[in-house]
Amino acid sequence: MSKMIFDISSPGRKGCTLPKNDVSIDLKDCIPSKYMRQNTPELPEVSELDTMRHFIELSQKNHCIEKGFYPLGSCTMKYNPKLHETLVKHSCFNNLHPLQPNQTIQGALEIMYELQKDLAEISGFEKVSLQPVAGAQGEFTGLKVISAYHKAKGNTHKKKIILPDSAHGTNPASSTLVGFEVVEIKSNDQGKVDLEELRKVADDSVAGFMLTNPNTLGLFENQIEEIASIIHGVDGLMYMDGANLNALLGIVKPGEIGFDVMHINLHKTFGTPHGGGGPGSGPVGVRKDLVKFLPVPMVETDGDQFFLDYGHAEHSIGKVHTFYGNFAIMLRAYIYIKMLGAKGLRRVAENAIINANYLQSLLSEYYHISHKDIHCMHEFVADGEWQKEKYGIRTLDIAKRLLDKGYHAPTIYFPLIIHEAIMIEPTETESMETLDEFAATMIEIAHECETNPDLLLNAPFNTPVRRVDDTLAVRQLDIRYIRK
Amino acid sequence: MPYISNTDGERQKMLERIGVHQFSDLIQDIPEKFRLKKDLNLDSPLSEIEITKRIHGLTCNNLCTQSANAFLGAGVYDHYIPAAVDSITSRPEFLTAYTPYQAEVSQGTLQFIYEYQTMICELTGMEIANASMYDGATAAAEAILLAVRKNKLRKALIAGTIHPNFIQVIRAYTEGIGVEIVMIPSKNGTVDLDALKAAVDEQTSCVLLQTPNFFGNLEDGIAVNDIVKTQKKALYIVAADPISLGVIASPAEYGADVVIGEGQALGNSMYFGGPLFGFFAAKMDLARMMPGRIVGATLDTEGKRAYCLTLQAREQHIRREKATSNICSNESLCALAACVYMCLIGKEGLREVAIQSTTKAYYLAKEICSIPGFELAYPNVPFFKEFVVKASVSAEKIIQRLLPSAIYAGVDMAPYGEPNHLMIAVTEKKSKAEMDDLVNMLKEVSHV
Repeated sequence: MSKMIFDISSPGRKGCTLPKNDVSIDLKDCIPSKYMRQNTPELPEVSELDTMRHFIELSQKNHCIEKGFYPLGSCTMKYNPKLHETLVKHSCFNNLHPLQPNQTIQGALEIMYELQKDLAEISGFEKVSLQPVAGAQGEFTGLKVISAYHKAKGNTHKKKIILPDSAHGTNPASSTLVGFEVVEIKSNDQGKVDLEELRKVADDSVAGFMLTNPNTLGLFENQIEEIASIIHGVDGLMYMDGANLNALLGIVKPGEIGFDVMHINLHKTFGTPHGGGGPGSGPVGVRKDLVKFLPVPMVETDGDQFFLDYGHAEHSIGKVHTFYGNFAIMLRAYIYIKMLGAKGLRRVAENAIINANYLQSLLSEYYHISHKDIHCMHEFVADGEWQKEKYGIRTLDIAKRLLDKGYHAPTIYFPLIIHEAIMIEPTETESMETLDEFAATMIEIAHECETNPDLLLNAPFNTPVRRVDDTLAVRQLDIRYIRK
Repeated sequence: MPYISNTDGERQKMLERIGVHQFSDLIQDIPEKFRLKKDLNLDSPLSEIEITKRIHGLTCNNLCTQSANAFLGAGVYDHYIPAAVDSITSRPEFLTAYTPYQAEVSQGTLQFIYEYQTMICELTGMEIANASMYDGATAAAEAILLAVRKNKLRKALIAGTIHPNFIQVIRAYTEGIGVEIVMIPSKNGTVDLDALKAAVDEQTSCVLLQTPNFFGNLEDGIAVNDIVKTQKKALYIVAADPISLGVIASPAEYGADVVIGEGQALGNSMYFGGPLFGFFAAKMDLARMMPGRIVGATLDTEGKRAYCLTLQAREQHIRREKATSNICSNESLCALAACVYMCLIGKEGLREVAIQSTTKAYYLAKEICSIPGFELAYPNVPFFKEFVVKASVSAEKIIQRLLPSAIYAGVDMAPYGEPNHLMIAVTEKKSKAEMDDLVNMLKEVSHV
């Protein structure tokens, strides 16, 4: 157990120096006492070395991409190039204020303009807004655009968003936030959209349909043309959740297969780091007639210079971020695209798909895989049904045992339509040897279920803490340090 | 090919193992007509050397605040960031980790969030804080949504002195579920208390007040609280500058139920306005209605203290369309920067940063107002580190006149309806000499 930073605090100790105040004005003469604080907030009092030791100690308790394989399905935990981190720290980026005069921000605007253009080309949409700062905010923005489209047409009866039961949790949550009613439809036995179910609910009240493609089982929704035709037939719009875009780079443009609106996760597909939960970036692309609804501002050029364009403010859904979105994340994605180019991006998708199929073929004898007869795209969903049935071992136990062996666990218990789901996305950056070793470990664990189930039931053993009691955390809510 | 490990030979071996001849056999599910027949229309790929040159070329088209004498604020501030902050946030163990769902291999992230939550509670005086929101604006919007969830009322009163961009984001976030936004006008740069009193009624779900407000002015939090508390159900939401909380009363001291704000000033670079991060804190009785991730302390199977994400039943991955928010990714690494910053700057340091920023701002305001043609736009109102001056010429003209001398004079208030108003921000980084440079240049402008 690591000490809390508050436990190593010592009154008077300092972690940084400030210049001596060179104006001789007393705060008391500036601000009347009724505005002032009675007690000083109890922040730690520690030295720089104390701080470094504390956080380095904490860092050692994390798994991360550079420590080992991170096969988290739907999360695209690919390697994050180091060059991005070096270039992004240039003083002319990190010290750039969002309200500087236009002629002093041309470099930043050019990067945003180019990225808008490149993402539009990759996704097949007319324009892309870079403002949303996360995938879920991209969904929110895209659904607001759909709402604005119907409002502009006087479609006041459009109240429903349809989505399959395999959808990410953010899809229904974002729909509710925009004011839509959520209609969930059952997937068919292939794990794909059931056209009959879709036809049953696709009536005039439908505002749109949200679909992840490839879907969360890692399968391409090959009936996409019929789906789009059903939805467009009732004047609904097709929304694509771009979480799985990594599988489509240079192979398919979502804007060309029936989708009208889409978000892209720069922190998944375009190699920017996840940061322990963020910051990410969730740009939104739309077809031509929806461009005017995108958030303000866009970045445009008049040939001489780049500028922030508020020209469509009258139709726009407004703003979803205080300024222009997560510029530092955009910059990394820009570098990534410029380094890979068309052939490189296509190669990313191909290798992501090959890696997933290869790993699936290595595991299919040892773990139940519902849809193993179909080639998967960039990820596949195995499950722990065999292990549960025969040995009473749950997927959670398998996941925790993987932690003992130096791997991060795959995404588990998602998608909800697969019981005991183990969702695996290797990404293109992993080598064949890594996949071989991971498969050997998964197979070893499958054997352990038979030979030594206690190893699984009590796992993990080798991690910084043993299995964590999360129900106790809710029961005895302890969410901040309280000084004794 | 950059960042792809497998060679063509290995690729072939893998295809054989899968049982296909070529890659295209794997994508037979994609209808032929949808498969791209030609390459994407993108620039030719660049090597590491070439992209480095390209990026350095582009940076020459930016003039950053470090090569200039900048007085820009309006929500994003140039406070000093100790070097150790970047050293820690650059660690791959923090930078390239995923959301800490697998608690046993995420104790580093989980513990720093717990410490961060503690520090935010210390600053705001609240009892529970979440692990971060996207920015101050979305935190404000989510706070209103929390109030609506709590008391089922739909009218939100917002002090008109709040950051105008916050209002736009709030409108986008609350329109769908039918929240009525009522803007309370301002008087001399602070909210008009009489107008607020007249607007508060039994339908009021919440009152949102920013202090220091958009203009840098301090609002009378106590007086606003007295008005809010005339309604039993209404929640009092305060948007605060975290640096100000080193010396200015914590919103808890004057009755706030929810405290949110833009956290960038705590150890995060400006980065052209993003990433930013929102902090979000509340009274304990609102815990189960809060948006975002929350870390709790618990025990492992051996009885050792451990941390994990808690109250997850509020979140989208469990509760789906009934979740308290759609947020998933947040701004975790920015919260780490804030946490490290608060350790380094410490209890006394935060106070000192707040004092220096404010006293220097008062010095500069006094000097500028001694120049003929300049006066405070909102006289006799106390401000924190930022203030608005009214000039005899347009702010745009001043800004452009000072630019060749590499001075960013401030934020032009023309987009907010006041073309002759210039908003000037000061942090502890400013020296007297730098402020005197601005004053001398403004003297020249006033002569033309």
